[in-house]
Amino acid sequence: MARTDGTHLDDLRDGYRDGQTSDGQSSDGQPPAPPTRPAAAGGAAPLAPLEFLRYCWRQLTSMRTALFLLMLLAVAAVPGSTFPQENNNPSGVATWIADHPTAGPWVERLQGFHVYSSAWFSAIYLLLFISLVGCVLPRARVHLAALRARPPRTPTRLSRLPEHAEAEVAASPEQTLEAARAALRKRRFRLDVHAEAGGGSVAAERGHHRETGNLLFHLSLVGLLLAVAAGSLFSYSGQRLVTVGSGLVGTVGSWDSFSGGVWASADDVPPFSLTLDRMDVAFEAQQTTQIGEPRQFAADVSISDAPGEPVRKETIKVNHPAELDGTQISLSGNGYAPVITYRDGSGAVVKSGPVPFLPQTANYDSTGVVKLPDATDAAGEPVQVGLRGVFLPSATVDASGTPVSGFPDLANPLLIMVAFTGDLGLDDGVAQNVYELDDSRLTQVSDGEGRPFAIRLVPGQSLELPDGLGTVTFDSVERFASFDVRHTPGQREALVFALLAATGLILSLFVPRRRVWVRVRAVDGDPGASRLEVAGLARGNDAGLREEVEGVLAAVQAATAGAAAGSVPVRDDGEREHVDAGTGRTPEEGS
Amino acid sequence: MSIDENIAGLSNVLLYSAMTAYLGSMIGYAADLADGGKEIRSAGARREAAAAAAGGSPVLTKTRPEAPPRRRRAAAVGTSLFVLAALLHVGSVVARGVSVHRVPWGNMYEFALTGTCVVAIAYLIAVVRARRAGLGGGRDVRYLGLFVTAPVLATLGIALRTFYVDAAQLVPALDSYWLIIHVFVAILATALSTIGFSAVVLQLVQERREKRRAAGGDVRGGAFMDALPASVELERTAFRLQAVGFVMWTFTLIAGAVWAQVAWNRYWNWDSKEVWTFIIWVVYACYLHARSTRGWDGRRAAYLACLAFGCILFNYLVVNIFFPGLHSYAGV
Ligand code: HEM
Repeated sequence: MARTDGTHLDDLRDGYRDGQTSDGQSSDGQPPAPPTRPAAAGGAAPLAPLEFLRYCWRQLTSMRTALFLLMLLAVAAVPGSTFPQENNNPSGVATWIADHPTAGPWVERLQGFHVYSSAWFSAIYLLLFISLVGCVLPRARVHLAALRARPPRTPTRLSRLPEHAEAEVAASPEQTLEAARAALRKRRFRLDVHAEAGGGSVAAERGHHRETGNLLFHLSLVGLLLAVAAGSLFSYSGQRLVTVGSGLVGTVGSWDSFSGGVWASADDVPPFSLTLDRMDVAFEAQQTTQIGEPRQFAADVSISDAPGEPVRKETIKVNHPAELDGTQISLSGNGYAPVITYRDGSGAVVKSGPVPFLPQTANYDSTGVVKLPDATDAAGEPVQVGLRGVFLPSATVDASGTPVSGFPDLANPLLIMVAFTGDLGLDDGVAQNVYELDDSRLTQVSDGEGRPFAIRLVPGQSLELPDGLGTVTFDSVERFASFDVRHTPGQREALVFALLAATGLILSLFVPRRRVWVRVRAVDGDPGASRLEVAGLARGNDAGLREEVEGVLAAVQAATAGAAAGSVPVRDDGEREHVDAGTGRTPEEGS
Repeated sequence: MSIDENIAGLSNVLLYSAMTAYLGSMIGYAADLADGGKEIRSAGARREAAAAAAGGSPVLTKTRPEAPPRRRRAAAVGTSLFVLAALLHVGSVVARGVSVHRVPWGNMYEFALTGTCVVAIAYLIAVVRARRAGLGGGRDVRYLGLFVTAPVLATLGIALRTFYVDAAQLVPALDSYWLIIHVFVAILATALSTIGFSAVVLQLVQERREKRRAAGGDVRGGAFMDALPASVELERTAFRLQAVGFVMWTFTLIAGAVWAQVAWNRYWNWDSKEVWTFIIWVVYACYLHARSTRGWDGRRAAYLACLAFGCILFNYLVVNIFFPGLHSYAGV
């Protein structure tokens, strides 16, 4: 049979044949599909372009290609987990490139740092989905026809089917046929009764929704892909670090970062405002083996949907974001912001307020900078001052004598900084990272003996810088929270399609598709008795087929009971029945 | 809420007892398989001799063999000890949960503890159910006993040695009812895939023996394999387990995405663990596809199932510990 592998192997394997395979006519009456390899089989005549296209299409939509593309998809997904990815770890990408000067540019060229939006990954899944549609749509057409078709006629020799049982019952053939019809109907089979002289047969079929489920599964995957695609086109996200007492508004310009899909813009951000009232942070301090493990991060905020709208109090926690009109605000990080006051050489307060220091370790060893471009020195000359250092919430010293933090909470806060003067580079008009100091045009302030001037402060302390550069005061410590503002349209649709796919999958895997035939014959010379044969055929694995066949037989026997005593089912496969050919053991022979 | 260290200690004692019982059960099952192999070979020899004496070829007769049913004492001991072990194991899981006032699957150690418990229960259900109908072609599935106790013991051993952490409260990232759903479904999926993998390996070994025997070759060693069903039968059992496992993986992905939307503001981040769960899912889809693709069914599909299980191990043992990502699950 010239069948492509695009058809069900199960058809061949189990002899589950429709009109489509047994007589070369498809069940909807169309001529069979042309053989896979068109005219050019001999290799002499070149393929006509159209035929070539059809050949390619058939190849693309074959099961083998689908399998190949699926495997390719799995393989192609791997590098995205071994290389850092731009979308969730941009600093990791920069580090990786710096650490691998030869491989780095190559990985970059091969789009290894954004695997899931790379040309090759996209090509694989797009081809896969084209193949899927090309495979599933024709199947859907065939399936629609099959839903309306009648069960296939009863084969002549039922005893050749995989499951077969027979019995003699004490009822007329008509009564028996009717009982068989009723029994099959009760088991929710679709059926077709052929009454014949002296008996007849019933052809029955059930489990079409196995195929419905398969189609639902595959088509829902297409829906899922579209929902995800739409989501990424219209979604946006932004991040902002907020210290306690200050806030966040829906104006993208004020955020630390913003990125949006192709069709998303800053105007889509709702005009909300949020104030961080309190940051509640707790770490394990009791249980010795878990010291320092985080236990609670909660941000108490006041939110208003738009200017003039009422303000509501909410607590944003990990796993508990705030919702506003399709946009979600979640807590993505937290840390310390030492409150620092700087008086310049003239005694004027140039800066006073919390400065966020970004945590680098689990114990919140944090780094930060202070940029003071508009100071005046003791001589009245304008001067630019920069401070850079670490903040340790629970300062201690490690084995080498270096100050480190020993616990993430505030037990012994310490601020250690060094100072620079010169050009901070803020006047170039080039955007600068507020958490880094570009010291290329700065000179370090020294202590007069050639060593860097060290600023070590605990809360409440002040220190005067040398050279009339002013005074630094460490007033207190505040906390900050990082918020992630994100809008992902299509998520509800994606979930619906995913659940539909799961439903389809369950149907497709667990609905048994079976055909059962019953034949009733008159018994010679006894009008009150008939010979009953039941046979079954399943698509795929079907452990329940035997039970079904036996159940139908038993039901008919029960319905025709009365004089039916003594009609014991005769099986023709005694060896296969319960005794395993391998072990010669029956299930009852257990313990 | 504070941790109840006494109950946590009880959980560990129960687990050690359970492991001892599993060990006994494993020995029982191994003895049963060894017996079974011997018995079948001698029965086969008897039958051939009888057939030769009757002047016929050794065809399978339609009557049941005359030999009295073998009393599988060793298997019965194995199962009794297994039931005891499973009870102790359940006790250990419950005690762990009670001691920390939450579901006992908040880190890799607890994942292994609860996952193996699910495997054990699934096996017991299969034993009870298979005697009535269904799995394993309606026959005794105690032949799988050895292949369940061995991985359960190995997993528990590794978990205790490498992943053990003291009972503790959850970190905030995991403190969500989605932990209950998502991780539990993942445990079910892993458990089913593990039993399915055992069946696939048996299928492959059995198939090789059958091929060799059909070619007239000599099959040495592994006599117990003769006590197992034919490879076609094993393939079916494996498929049913993998099919249920695949559905569980699907729900793991869905529940994980819903949780990610809550926890990370985004339902899919291509985080390394998400990526690997996706890979597992796709490889299992390959396996299911392969079963319906001509030229790929049988042996080749079975290799894909093995590959998928390899990905599961990789996801659990390597990705959890060595790959940076948003999942803060490992707890080691
Ligand atoms: C996104 C990619 C795909 C995934 C994840 C996928 C997944 C699956 C799964 C899990 C099954 C098993 C369910 C069952 O046995 O009914 C299945 C079956 C099937 N798939 Fe796919 N599939 C994909 C693409 C395709 C493509 C491209 C084709 C066509 C070439 C295809 C054709 C089929 C067919 C015909 C079956 C039914 C086999 C049978 O009835 O035994 N699938 N698919």
